[in-house]
Amino acid sequence: MAQVTLRKIIKEYEGGVQAVKGIDLDIADHEFVVLVGPSGCGKSTTLRMIAGLEEITSGEIDIGGAVVNDVPPRDRDIAMVFQNYALYPHMSVYENMAFGLMLRKFPKEEIRRRVENAAKILDIGMLLDRKPKALSGGQRQRVAMGRAIVRDPKVFLFDEPLSNLDAKLRVQMRTEIKKVHQTVRTTTVYVTHDQVEAMTLADRVVVMNHGVIEQVGPPQELYHHPRTRFVAGFIGSPAMNFIPATVEARSGGLVLRLPQGIELAVPAARVAKYQAYAGKQVTFGIRPEHLTDTQHVSKADIAIFNAAPEVVEPMGMETLAHIRMEGAEICARLDPTVPAAPGVPMPLAADMGNMHLIDDATGLVI
Amino acid sequence: MAPDSSAAVAPARPPAARPPSNAMKRFARRRSTIAFLMTLPLISVIAGLVAWPASYAIYLATLNRRMTAFIGLENFDILLDNETFRAVIWQSCFFAITAVLLKALIGFWLAHMLHHLPTKGQRKWRGMLLVPWVIPPALSTLGWWWMFDPSYSSINYLLNAIGGPSIPWLGSPWWARISVIIVNVWYGAPFFMIMYLAALKSVPEQLYEAAAIDGASGWQGLRHITLPMMQNIISITVLFSLIVTFANYDIVRVLTNGGPRDLTQVFASYAFQVGVLSGNIPRGAAVSLFMFPLLAFIAYFVLKGVNQRNKEMA
Repeated sequence: MAQVTLRKIIKEYEGGVQAVKGIDLDIADHEFVVLVGPSGCGKSTTLRMIAGLEEITSGEIDIGGAVVNDVPPRDRDIAMVFQNYALYPHMSVYENMAFGLMLRKFPKEEIRRRVENAAKILDIGMLLDRKPKALSGGQRQRVAMGRAIVRDPKVFLFDEPLSNLDAKLRVQMRTEIKKVHQTVRTTTVYVTHDQVEAMTLADRVVVMNHGVIEQVGPPQELYHHPRTRFVAGFIGSPAMNFIPATVEARSGGLVLRLPQGIELAVPAARVAKYQAYAGKQVTFGIRPEHLTDTQHVSKADIAIFNAAPEVVEPMGMETLAHIRMEGAEICARLDPTVPAAPGVPMPLAADMGNMHLIDDATGLVI
Repeated sequence: MAPDSSAAVAPARPPAARPPSNAMKRFARRRSTIAFLMTLPLISVIAGLVAWPASYAIYLATLNRRMTAFIGLENFDILLDNETFRAVIWQSCFFAITAVLLKALIGFWLAHMLHHLPTKGQRKWRGMLLVPWVIPPALSTLGWWWMFDPSYSSINYLLNAIGGPSIPWLGSPWWARISVIIVNVWYGAPFFMIMYLAALKSVPEQLYEAAAIDGASGWQGLRHITLPMMQNIISITVLFSLIVTFANYDIVRVLTNGGPRDLTQVFASYAFQVGVLSGNIPRGAAVSLFMFPLLAFIAYFVLKGVNQRNKEMA
């Protein structure tokens, strides 16, 4: 077990393209940190630099108190689970799991004990004699995890390990990974582009974009208090609605003027915070669950306006209404009992207590 | 799948209701019939150029010198009693096994080097290294013959230039055997190289990364990942090369013509000498068939292993 520290890490490829632009990150012992972001944001490169599979252009990586910049992967005492599992096809499940221990010259009895123990945790005891070809995607995933567990390394690295699984298995394996971490408590760095995986697994989520860290924090903090427009839009599904708005001062308070003449009152508690933006163009952000039908809201700070959904998607436990506005397409989460039909105007309630205002010039949440 | 399923449903219908023309149509539409018809040209070529000559050679090997009487395995009996032929067996095995081993090792080394070159330079080197394989061997062997010439040997010239002695490349039995092997390796190593290069490229990079993280050094990666992953290609290439090298004729014929004193004869050159030059075609056929059972036996087990690994890994 160990902590991992990244200091001013830069990765520059030939031709001057920077994949990672000087990131700093402290990962505590036993912590489960998820790096999340869109394709090309530098999350996998960062993970591979921690693993030693990519050289660092500049900066410092510290694992368990020792700088490992020039330490080869085999001496970093890490274990990695790859996106396509990277199981050795010519070896049985047992041999796959035992390979790392065999190379480290562990006694045969110890290898057997560790493999059987990991197989028990992952419920793959009956697969030990099979070759990877004879396994399903989920079973291969377990074996890849087993290969990591038996090593009892300082750090687990996961590179999009669930991407190749179908939706149902992904949810199941997500739970398995969380269970395993609760059991073995090894420091874990997990890379994914799926924000749901990030939210459900992480102690802390690191949102990356264009080679920089946008925000680091516990999942709930990122969800409720995003610092940038990118984080606000990336975390949450369906994504946060962004509507161009103008802040206007009205008799001691503030209102947001949205397209189509819609006006929403800013809660009194936020007036002081937004006062400086009076008269300015901003982006109004609100999550779909904070934009709902008027029949099922009873909170204060509710602003009501009329809109006609363009598309209505009944999901069972909720109904999603997609509304086209001038300059924006927004999504509202309605109670499934509320009758909503395409093209038929209906009153919508915006929970302004959960609104976000984004400075268009900086992209930061105000 | 459709034609198969229709064929499976067909027996449920009363057979009497089907007119013969329909049955013919169904037969013609069956996937196995179509597959057979489409491979028929190839089957004909193989039958005409491989099966028939092979069967004819077996038939010839059982005849007497004048090809007038069936004498069973007597030709083989006589050959085994012949001291020269026993030397040919030994020489052929020494030549084929040494040459194939060297080709495999050099081919693997070249493939490994090429694989680790940047893509830009790789094509250029690959092209240059393939040159020996694309030159007709009779022609290139003639070049080597000049280089091994007792009076004008360029190799000896270089050896002398660095203070070394002249070597009777084609004059002494052992040097002549080594010369034949050198030319065969020079000619055949690029084939191994190109096959191994393709195999190396098909090993997923992530396996090496996983092995590196598991603690494997470069050598351990080669031993535990590269070689097992290439095992099928290595087996097939070695088998193919072994068969071709055992049957090699042109290099020996051009370089040494079997000499000195028949000490570089291999099966093919000796079969030519006995069968064509000495006019004993049945015995020549027996010489050329001598290794067939052993090679067929080896081929069976190698291909069985390849199939087994394919089933387990692919």
